[in-house]
Order: sequence, then structure tokens, then C-alpha cells
Amino acid sequence: MSLTDREWWAVIHGMGFGALFLLAFAGGLAGLYSLRPGLVTTRGIVERTRRLLLGTWGMAVAAWGTVITGTWIVYPWYRDAADPEAPRTLLLASEATANWHEFGMEWKEHVAWIAPILATVVAFGVTYYGRRLIEHQGVRRALMVTFVAAFAVAGVAGALGAFITKVAPVR
Amino acid sequence: MDARELEQRPEEEAATSTEAPLSFGPLAAAFLAAGIGALVLGILTTLASASSSIKDALAFTDPVGPLSGKTTIAVAAWVVSWPILHLALRRRDPAPGKVYWATALLVVLGLIGTFPTFFEAFAAE
Repeated sequence: MSLTDREWWAVIHGMGFGALFLLAFAGGLAGLYSLRPGLVTTRGIVERTRRLLLGTWGMAVAAWGTVITGTWIVYPWYRDAADPEAPRTLLLASEATANWHEFGMEWKEHVAWIAPILATVVAFGVTYYGRRLIEHQGVRRALMVTFVAAFAVAGVAGALGAFITKVAPVR
Repeated sequence: MDARELEQRPEEEAATSTEAPLSFGPLAAAFLAAGIGALVLGILTTLASASSSIKDALAFTDPVGPLSGKTTIAVAAWVVSWPILHLALRRRDPAPGKVYWATALLVVLGLIGTFPTFFEAFAAE
């Protein structure tokens, strides 16, 4: 039972940062959703703000980690034209699998970069307003929508990545 | 201000209604800069599909190919536009609704530009 260096990096890219991303999203979304007057005490706002900072910055860091490792470490192995076993070469070799590259990978590799940018905006907003975010319900809702949008974009990239890895893994 | 600093304050000081209002400008700058970053990514993705010379120029490194240039320039556009917008808006209170809609429009255009069915319609023969 062992993994090659490349497989380890694919795991770090997809499952390591991916798991952190999911965890941070769940915590951040729950915190943003329930940050409403009447639901949280003054002491609760302080505690909730701490969790929100952790969740939103955690999601931003995980999203950046995912796209940086994906683009700069794993992707060169995926597209290595000199390697006949490279996933891109294998996918394009058959009409039955070519769309996994031509649509799936082409979409994933680009759209994924929007997720960390959006996640960073949310983390900045939570940091900027801090415990006063509860006073700005419009801002809270906008940050929540942006947070969900970041997650949805990352979800598209993550799901396509999982399917492509299933069809033609980086080895 | 981090959570540790907040904890060190007396609880009554944590009451939030007596402090000076926060300007929306800095958050507006962050939103708009994100939209600009997304839009630049979409434009570059489509341009690289439409022109092989642009595609080649965007290949900053051989192993990553044109994706290296598209993402580096898009992130640079975001990183550079954010502080510029921040300086311009930090003491202003732009209408939040307009900022949210402008950001949504920029992000959606960026998403469209990165969608294969769209950018492949401009593909160089």
C-alpha cells in the first residue's frame, strides 16, 4: 500500500486542501447564517466572530492552496506531452474520453481560480467588520452569498477533478 | 482586530452601537477588485482561445503552459486593483446595492469567459 510522489501531491491538492475547504465552509456558513440580532448575546458575538474569522480565512487559505498546488505542481504532470501515460494524452486518445479534457479539464483549470478570490473577499469583510458585522445585516447577507458562490465554483472544479482523476489519474 | 484583542476588552465595551460608523468603501473595493480579477481571467481565457499568438505569449512557463499567464495576470489584476480601489473608496460610502450588482456582473462575465462552450466558439482555426 503506497503512493508515488505525484499521487501524494494529487491527494494533497484534492483531498487535503479539499477536506479543509469543506470543513471551513461548513463552519463559516453556519457562523454567517446565524449572526443575527436576537440570536447571539454580546459575549456570543465575540466568540462567533473568532469562529467566523477562523472559518473564512481557513476557507480562503484552503482555496489558494488547492489552486496553487493544482496549477503549479499537479497540472504539469497532467499535460506532460513527453509522457505517453500523461492523463491529458490518454483522455484525448479516445473519442469516448476526449470530452473529459476538452470540456471538463478546460473548465476546471480556469474556473477554480475564481473561488479563492471570492473566499478572500469574504474573509476580508469578516475581518474588517469584526464583531460589528451583526449591525450590518445587508453586508452579512452579501458575504454569505459570496461565500456560497466561492464554494459552488470550487465545487464545480472539485467534482470535475474527482471524475477526471477517476478516468485518468496522475501517476 | 483579532479575537484575542476582543477577548481582552471588558464585556460592556463589546457593545457595538456607540462606535463610529464603518465606511463601506474598503469592502466595496474588495468586492469590485474580485470582480475585476474574475473578469480578466475570463477575457484572457477567451483571447487565448481566439488567438494562438496570445496563447503562446501567455505560456509564462512551459510545464504549465498558457494557464500560467492567464492565472498570473488575473491574480495580478486583482491584487493591483484592490489597493487602488481601496485608496479611492476608503472614506466613501458607495451604495452597497450598486457595488454588489457590479461585482456580480463582473464575476458572471468572468465565469462565462472561462466556460469552454463559450471560449471555444472563438477558437482559432
